[in-house]
Amino acid sequence: MAERTQRQKPTGDRDAEVVEEAAPATNEAGEKLKGELDDLLDEIDEVLETNAEDFVKSYVQKGGQ
Amino acid sequence: MAIRKVCGIETEYGIVVRGADNNPVSASSLLINAYVNATSRKIGWDFEDESPANDARGFNLDDVFPPEIESSLVNAVLPNGARYYVDHAHPEISLPEVADALEAVRWDRAADEIVRSSMTYANEILGAGAEMVVYKNNSDGKGNSYGCHENYLMSRDTPFGRIASHITPHFVTRQVFCGAGKVGCEEPNRRPGDVAYQLSQRADFFEEEIGLETTLKRPIVNTRDEPHCDPQKYRRLHVIVGDANLSEVATYLKVGTSLIVLAMIEDDQLGDEVLLANPVAAIRQVSHDPTLTRTIMLRDGRRATALEIQWALFERARKYEQTHGLDAVGADVSVDVLDRWERVLSGLETDPSSMGHCVDWVAKQRLVEGFRDRHGLPADSPRLKAIDLQYHDLRLDRGLAARVGLETIVDPRDVLAATTQPPTTTRAYFRGRCLQKFPDDIVAANWDSLVFDVGRDPLRRVPMMEPLRGTADHVGSLIDDCDTAAELLDRLGQ
Repeated sequence: MAERTQRQKPTGDRDAEVVEEAAPATNEAGEKLKGELDDLLDEIDEVLETNAEDFVKSYVQKGGQ
Repeated sequence: MAIRKVCGIETEYGIVVRGADNNPVSASSLLINAYVNATSRKIGWDFEDESPANDARGFNLDDVFPPEIESSLVNAVLPNGARYYVDHAHPEISLPEVADALEAVRWDRAADEIVRSSMTYANEILGAGAEMVVYKNNSDGKGNSYGCHENYLMSRDTPFGRIASHITPHFVTRQVFCGAGKVGCEEPNRRPGDVAYQLSQRADFFEEEIGLETTLKRPIVNTRDEPHCDPQKYRRLHVIVGDANLSEVATYLKVGTSLIVLAMIEDDQLGDEVLLANPVAAIRQVSHDPTLTRTIMLRDGRRATALEIQWALFERARKYEQTHGLDAVGADVSVDVLDRWERVLSGLETDPSSMGHCVDWVAKQRLVEGFRDRHGLPADSPRLKAIDLQYHDLRLDRGLAARVGLETIVDPRDVLAATTQPPTTTRAYFRGRCLQKFPDDIVAANWDSLVFDVGRDPLRRVPMMEPLRGTADHVGSLIDDCDTAAELLDRLGQ
């Protein structure tokens, strides 16, 4: 197997940023995200095309570049 | 030094009519005519200088069908300098020429708003019981694709072979941040269920590394050599490999990073470090891996992830900024593009799901997988494919992309203004201003000329062979000062 390429050494600045962003999300933030997704999924339940199978089947787009 | 770049985007939209004739050509015509009739006097497109069959490699292939020009279909030029027309069986908008990535986002968003208004006008004509819906995507999920092309002004002096080989690694790997996401697989000879979810709408459709085609055997690097400007000085790199984005940041990065990489190529600042062994296989491998962890083979035998290749390009771009500056690609905007490029790569490397506010495929994946888990659906459920399609639905009350909290970078008022105003920074300004001020005197327009009829024979063609002339700085006060088109032509020395 070929050797894996040497990862480009990030600049000092980016190292700091990555570490900062890599900090684990607090439970609070995680809960907030989950709540947002739940709200979004509620909305999708309301607006998703009612007969998904027919909608998907009839969506045909020929003749494109 | 790299030449000052001009760029643009052409988007073919998906179109559906329910409850009435669903012929895509007549639906597209209705959509565009409804808009043009409701908003402005129609001015036609002039085909005199179109030559899409010319090949940048300087030869013709006998077994390649030249792209056709369908001059009989609806074709209009808008007061913002864009072209709005029926291309094959899709409505298409080609943006006015812009000078940087932020302007590209602004006029791309304006194009979406133009399509939204067009839908409203068309649906008034269709009446109750029928509805037209337009989608900003690139695939119907059944093996049919339609494009979102980018165009970049390049110096004719830059060898095409170098452009093709050095831009390919970027085109193969930039989809990690500008892929629009897709449920299922459309790669020839594979089943839809072979890939549950992938980064790109378009990757499955690319079968060649380089070529002239745009509808069959699509190439990663397209060789159409039709500069729409002075062919001795310039070429227009016609890029067919990208997805249409709903995320403004994704469009910004797609265009902004490509501008920087192309400037580096012109200055020969990209070496052979990340050339790929097999770009066609690689573009699909990258698209089919939402974990972003699999490696692709480089020409020298090493392997690297798409993110590692993007980091290598980014590091070179940082260096290029220091050694050459970014004036050729809009310095202020491009410095910001570099910062955002770094942030998106860092975010994707740490946790791809953290980039749902700016990367379309991540935002869509969250919906698809969240919905799947909530309802306990199998991966091949049509409801998941419906979510995929509806992400791109441009109706405000139905479209899912409008609901996922995508970050915006252009003020909605600026977007609205861009539906009727041309960019001030390119020749699109001259085209747009003349169309606004002298609509009765212009009989045709195209990218590199305007044709006037001021009652004095013959018709006067004003050539615009320099994409960076005809700007507001250049002709703004001249157009302000002229009360008639005849006066403008006189003062231009026509």
